[in-house]
Amino acid sequence: MDELVAQTRDLTKSYGSGDRARLAVDRVTMTVRRGEVYGFLGPNGAGKTTTLRMVLGLIRPTAGSATVLGRPAGEPATTARVGALIEGPGFYPYLSGRDNLRTMARYRNLPDTVVDEALERVDLAGRGRDRFKSYSLGMKQRLGVAAALMGDPDVIVLDEPTNGLDPAGMADMRSLIVDLARHGQTVLLSSHLLAEVEEICDRVGVIAGGRLLVESTVADLRGGRRLRLVATPVDRALAIAMRLAGEDAVQLAQDAVLVDVPSARMPEVVRALVTEGLDVHEASVSERTLEEVFFEMTDTGLHPHAGSPMSTLETIR
Amino acid sequence: MNATLTAPRPTRAAGTGNPVLHSTRADLLRLRKWPAVWVTVGAWLAMNAMFAYLFNYVTYTSGSNNFSNEGQSRAGLLASMLPSALADTLPQGMPLFGGAIMMVLGAIIAGNGYGWGTWKTVLTQGPSRTSTLLGSLAATTLLVAGVVLATLVTDYAMALAVAVTESQSTALPATGDLAQSLGVALLVMEMWALAGYLLGTVARSAAVSVGLGLVWALVVEQLLRGVGSSLAWVDSFTHVLPGTAAGSLVGQMVGVDPGSPNATPGLLDALSSGRALATVAAYLVLLPLTTWWLVRRRDVV
Repeated sequence: MDELVAQTRDLTKSYGSGDRARLAVDRVTMTVRRGEVYGFLGPNGAGKTTTLRMVLGLIRPTAGSATVLGRPAGEPATTARVGALIEGPGFYPYLSGRDNLRTMARYRNLPDTVVDEALERVDLAGRGRDRFKSYSLGMKQRLGVAAALMGDPDVIVLDEPTNGLDPAGMADMRSLIVDLARHGQTVLLSSHLLAEVEEICDRVGVIAGGRLLVESTVADLRGGRRLRLVATPVDRALAIAMRLAGEDAVQLAQDAVLVDVPSARMPEVVRALVTEGLDVHEASVSERTLEEVFFEMTDTGLHPHAGSPMSTLETIR
Repeated sequence: MNATLTAPRPTRAAGTGNPVLHSTRADLLRLRKWPAVWVTVGAWLAMNAMFAYLFNYVTYTSGSNNFSNEGQSRAGLLASMLPSALADTLPQGMPLFGGAIMMVLGAIIAGNGYGWGTWKTVLTQGPSRTSTLLGSLAATTLLVAGVVLATLVTDYAMALAVAVTESQSTALPATGDLAQSLGVALLVMEMWALAGYLLGTVARSAAVSVGLGLVWALVVEQLLRGVGSSLAWVDSFTHVLPGTAAGSLVGQMVGVDPGSPNATPGLLDALSSGRALATVAAYLVLLPLTTWWLVRRRDVV
C-alpha cells in the first residue's frame, strides 16, 4: 500500500515575469499512494487544477518536478496508464456521447466494448447516442468521468467530479469513486466540498493560495474527539478541567468548555465537576469536522501575517 | 524512489501499437461525423460545379456572355467543358477559392479543439503531442485528398453530361496530364489546409483564424499584388506569398494570361513553374513544422 503513485517535489508555476509575476502554485510537495483516494482540497482559485495539470503534463512547471508511476509527468507511457477529467469535460459537441468516447478510445487503442462498459458505469448507456451538446451539465460531467475510466487506468485524476451534479448524482459519483479504490485503482480527486472529501478520501492535501498547507489522513487532520461541557460556574469548571487535562487541552467556546481528553478519561472529568459541587447542564462528545479544521487553516494560509501554516497545524493538533 | 513500475495490469491494451496511427484513426472518426466538414466540402463542390460548368453551360446554350466567360468563343467554351479538358479544369478554382475553403477546414480542425477543451482531453489519453499532431495532420491530409478526388469525380460527371448532351467526344485527357493536374491540385489544397491548421493553432480559436485567413488569402494578397505592380520591393515580397505560389503553379500549368478579362481569379504567371513548386513545397514543410513547434512548447489550458 505504501507505493507512491504520484509525487511532486517543490512544484511551482508562476505566470508573468518580474514584478507582475503571480504564483499560481508555490512549492507544492505531495505524495499519492497506491490504492488510496487522495483528496486535494482547497477553495476555488487555490491552485488545485494547475497542480493537477502539471501532474498530467498538460502544463510545464516553472520549477520543481512531478513524477507519476515512477516516470516524469506527461510521458506517453505514463499518460496511457492515467485517466483524467480536468476542469470540466472537453468533448466534441456535435458527436454523440458514445462517439466521443469512441474517439478517445481510439487514441488509447481500446475496443468499442470498453466504451459501452464505461457508459454503463456512469449510467449514460440510455443517452449514449444523443449529441453531447444536448446533455445536461451533470451528464457532461459523467461522460467526462466515463472517459477517465476507460481502459482501467492505474491512476484516475478527477478534478471536481461532482460539479454540476444533483444530490443523487453526487452520491452515485462518490460510491463509484469508493468502488474504484476498492478495486485497486488510485484516485486523485480535487474538491472544494469538505463533506465529500471527508466522506470518501483516505488522505487529504489542503491547498490555499497556491501552497500545500498540510498533507495527512482525514482522521489525523480532524484530531481526536473532545468532551464538551456546559457547567456553572464556568470559571470553576474551566479550572477543574485544566487541572485534570492540562492547560493546553482546554478551550472555552462561548458558554461551553471543550476538553481534549482520551475517551476513557471523560467520565473522570465529569465526575470531578459533580463532586466539586458544580451544576453540569450538558456533557457531550464532539468531533471536529474537517470544515472547522479547513477554515482555521485556510484563513491563516491566506493571511501571511497570521503566522506560518505549519504552526497553525500544530495548534490544531 | 519507489517500485511503482511493477505490476502493470496485464489486460490493458492501451499504450501498445503505433500512437500516430491511433491518433489518425481517432481524428478521422470525429472528422467523418462532423457536419461542419460536410457542409464546407459540399459548399466547395457546389461552387466548383457552378463556376466550372453550370454557368458556362447556360451561357453556351443561351449564347450570351456572363462574367465568368467574357470574351471566350463559343467553341472554346464548349471545349473547356469536355472531359478532354479535365486536367486544366480541375485545379483552376483551387489557388483562390478551393484554397480558402481548405484553409477554413484546417482552421476549424485545429482551432475548435481549444475552445471545446477537446485537445486537453485528447492529450491526456496517451499519445504524445507529436504523435497526436502527426495523426491529426495525417487525417487532415486524407480529408484534403478526398476533397480533391471528389472534385475530380464531380468535374468528370459534369463534363460527361455536357459531352453526352452535346454529342461530343467523351475521351479523357492523357493519363500523365491528369496525374500532373491531380498532383498540383493536391499540393495547392494541402498547402492552404496546413496554413489554416497553423492559424487555428496560433489563435487557439476557429473564428479568429478563419476570419484572418480569409481576409489574407482573398483580400490582402490581392491588394499587395496590386501595389507590387508599382513598387518593386512589394512585388518581390508577393513572390514568396502562398497565394502567389499556388496561383503560379496552377497558372503555368494551364497557361494563363492574368491580364485578360477571362482569366480565372487567383491564377497567375508571376513565378516560373519550378519556383512556384519550390515555394509551395517550402510551405508544405514550414507550416507543419511551425505548428509542431507551437504545439510542443505551449501549455494546454
